[in-house]
Amino acid sequence: MSLPIAVPSSKRPAATNSCRVCAPLGSVLAFRGLRGCMPLIHGSQGCATYIRRYLISHFREPMDVASTSFDESATIFGGQSNLAAAIKNLVRQYSPEVIGVCTTCLAETIGEDTVGILREITTADPDLPPIIHVATPSFKGCQYRGFHDTVEAILRATARGGERLPHVNLLPGPVSPADLRHLREIVAAFDLPLLMLPDYSETLDGPSLASYAPIPEGGTPLAEVADAGRATGTLQLGATLADGPGAYLEREHGVPLVKASLPIGVRATDAVLESLAAFAMESAAGTSASAPITPAWLSAERGRLVDAYVDGHKYVSGKRVAVVGDPDLAVGVAGFCAEIGLVPVLVASGALTHRMATALDLLGLAPGSFEVMEDADYDSIGRRVAELKPDLILGPSKAYPTSRALGIPLVRIGFPVHDRIGAGRILHLGYRGTQRLFDEVANALLDHQQDSSEMGYAYQ
Amino acid sequence: MDLLDDRKRQVVTAGETRAVVCDRPSVAGSVTQRACSFCGSRVVLYPIADALHLVHGPVGCAAYTWDIRGAQSSGPQLHRLSFNTDIREEEVIFGGEKKLARALRELVAIHKPKGAFVYATCLTGVIGDDVEAVCRMATAELGIPVIPVQSEGFKGTKKDGYSAACRALDQLIGTGPTEGIGPHSVNILGDFNIAGEIWVIKGYLERMGVEVVATMTGDGRVDTIRRAHGAKLNIVQCAGSMTSVAKLMKEKYGVPYVQVSFFGLEDCADALYQIAKHFGDPEMLRRTKEIVKAETEAVLPELARIRKDLEGKKAALYVGGAFKAFSLVKALRQIGMQVAMAGTQTGGPADYEHLKELCDADTILADDSNPLEMASWLALRDVDLFIGGVKERPVAFKLGIGFCDHNHERKIGLAGFEGCAAFAREVHATVTSPVWSLVPRRAGKGSA
Repeated sequence: MSLPIAVPSSKRPAATNSCRVCAPLGSVLAFRGLRGCMPLIHGSQGCATYIRRYLISHFREPMDVASTSFDESATIFGGQSNLAAAIKNLVRQYSPEVIGVCTTCLAETIGEDTVGILREITTADPDLPPIIHVATPSFKGCQYRGFHDTVEAILRATARGGERLPHVNLLPGPVSPADLRHLREIVAAFDLPLLMLPDYSETLDGPSLASYAPIPEGGTPLAEVADAGRATGTLQLGATLADGPGAYLEREHGVPLVKASLPIGVRATDAVLESLAAFAMESAAGTSASAPITPAWLSAERGRLVDAYVDGHKYVSGKRVAVVGDPDLAVGVAGFCAEIGLVPVLVASGALTHRMATALDLLGLAPGSFEVMEDADYDSIGRRVAELKPDLILGPSKAYPTSRALGIPLVRIGFPVHDRIGAGRILHLGYRGTQRLFDEVANALLDHQQDSSEMGYAYQ
Repeated sequence: MDLLDDRKRQVVTAGETRAVVCDRPSVAGSVTQRACSFCGSRVVLYPIADALHLVHGPVGCAAYTWDIRGAQSSGPQLHRLSFNTDIREEEVIFGGEKKLARALRELVAIHKPKGAFVYATCLTGVIGDDVEAVCRMATAELGIPVIPVQSEGFKGTKKDGYSAACRALDQLIGTGPTEGIGPHSVNILGDFNIAGEIWVIKGYLERMGVEVVATMTGDGRVDTIRRAHGAKLNIVQCAGSMTSVAKLMKEKYGVPYVQVSFFGLEDCADALYQIAKHFGDPEMLRRTKEIVKAETEAVLPELARIRKDLEGKKAALYVGGAFKAFSLVKALRQIGMQVAMAGTQTGGPADYEHLKELCDADTILADDSNPLEMASWLALRDVDLFIGGVKERPVAFKLGIGFCDHNHERKIGLAGFEGCAAFAREVHATVTSPVWSLVPRRAGKGSA
């Protein structure tokens, strides 16, 4: 226990219990939100197998991801023939509408000209479905970056400019299938046509089937993505994204970009709804439609949430929490905590954005009242949690060893949640997601208090 | 199922004379269930609980193998931490050897392990890091064995990773004292102590009067492995991963070995008898008979009850090694179930021939299968149960088929006589669940 704390993993010779995974995992997740897309990982087959296993443990859904299965000769002479064979074989078996190729550390390090090879392959066989390529070496970034880079690669390959259309682009970031479904519901409530990228709400939380679907149903069709360059505007969620894929659409096609924090908490959700209302006005301009008002069911959910805040405020007030997760989720959840009187003392992520502290300041958290750890591993997070002694941890399953060792309750959020069922159905967003989160947080604190009380009361 | 041309020779039905083509690399783009060579060595060595396991490579290789098997330890828990040199762009350009040396110094100072394994990965392989040289230096400087495991992901299959792990173990074996090791002593090879299974096996051996010197690698310790060459017999369970260590020890130290399995009543009894017969001690043989009788009698009534519900139901299985497949076919038969399909990731030609003998003529046998093939066979044969690992689970569940995990992530011990009962209970719980009457596959056809 003599290590300095809060030193980023990259500045230390070794990471212990990583708080991030690799870029191709984020890429596969994003590709799964494109209709009929088969992800193909260019490199050793272990990469694909591990990523599949990790995603299956979380989503509990089929996760067919192909690999170009590098061997020693591919490593020495290049993986051109492997890539060609893999594409041929997966087209035959999966009949994909689109193929998403992401690369591994290995392919990137041997200097593979993946773009050039793919050009040759598609030139030789014009009947192949569209192939979208993204470079995802993990020595440059984690799953968070792999995800956003893939969304941008899909847009770069597909989006076309032209006359404005009434729809709005929504770039939700790596949220849960339940979150995606709820976002779609919210946008629909404003009568706004929606293009959401990616949308794995169905592909990664699908129904029981009579026969196996090679590629699960659902996802955003590539043909619709082509219209992303003609949208009324783009709403990009994620407080720590510097530019993000939305900036590309603004730069290249002049699509106005609105950035917002993930809608977690009353204020953050209000802000997202205001943006949607503004888009709806813009979209309806020139028509006879009246100015949009917040739909009644959303107002009702907001009212119930505030009422629940009041009912539960004493149980959470002044309690200290540590939040761990993807940078945008961690920031969003910390903002919600501050809104209900929980004190976020530590906000940590395995990713490196350099923007979490600023994003938290902007959400109104008092500077100096919290610590931020970026590029952290669970070893350093655990040490800091042991010193800060918060009352609660909000984070993925990988925070469980810390929670268990220190006897601090854990409310599971984000990715990965490997030790519970229903990870894909964890709703974090909107008034409804916040309601669920608030109830769970308050109840986790009550539970802990009740379990550690001597008399075992049944009233609270 | 319309198989890929390259895959056709890897699938047969048991009654055919044609042999299963196997031991070949996976077809690119076929969505193999196999992992890589690195994975093979990592899973075999990881249960050694007082060693530092350092993955020299990028974050994913370490993160995805963090405490991957749930291998239990009766003492130190160091193996359950994930250590990684976390290679970044800077090292890709300038090399990672210095970072590796610093990492070893720092981690050994903090955790004081009895030994260390350094796993090379694709990335550190292609940037040309001399892992062996760094390990040699660290061994001299840090005073513990620091052993390189050269199984870069692109170097062969998972089986080659097993061999790399065996070479690493070979560097430890023979370096410790063997005083005090008795004549009736064994090492247990190829059990990884998932859900405490090695303790069950050790319990039987102790009752037989057999001394266990080293366990490789479940609940393993560096110092006991160093003195493993003092044991008089090697018991090899997961044949695929550990036979080469047994062979090496036979050549170098003259320690004979027996291949056994502790899964299933028949195999478990057979394993204990083989061990007792090897030592040729009548008293031990008598004790073994008593143990087998008592343990079998303890579980038979429950197995019979379970069998009534499962009689005639169909199962499919897809596992890593062939030995597990043999045992499962027999264990399923014990509870009245037929095997409609059996596949393995790493089976060899002789394994598949044996599997043919064990199975029914129409059983589908497949080497290195993939989700589409398996899904088609599960549906075609209308099975009630699929046995596999985490990657096979959603194939079964999506189609509304019962599933039993026989791989890394299970929490129920399936070895030994009591393991047979646990296995039967788990199969029963999934196969007889009322939820199947609601799934599309069965809806309207009456309950399963």
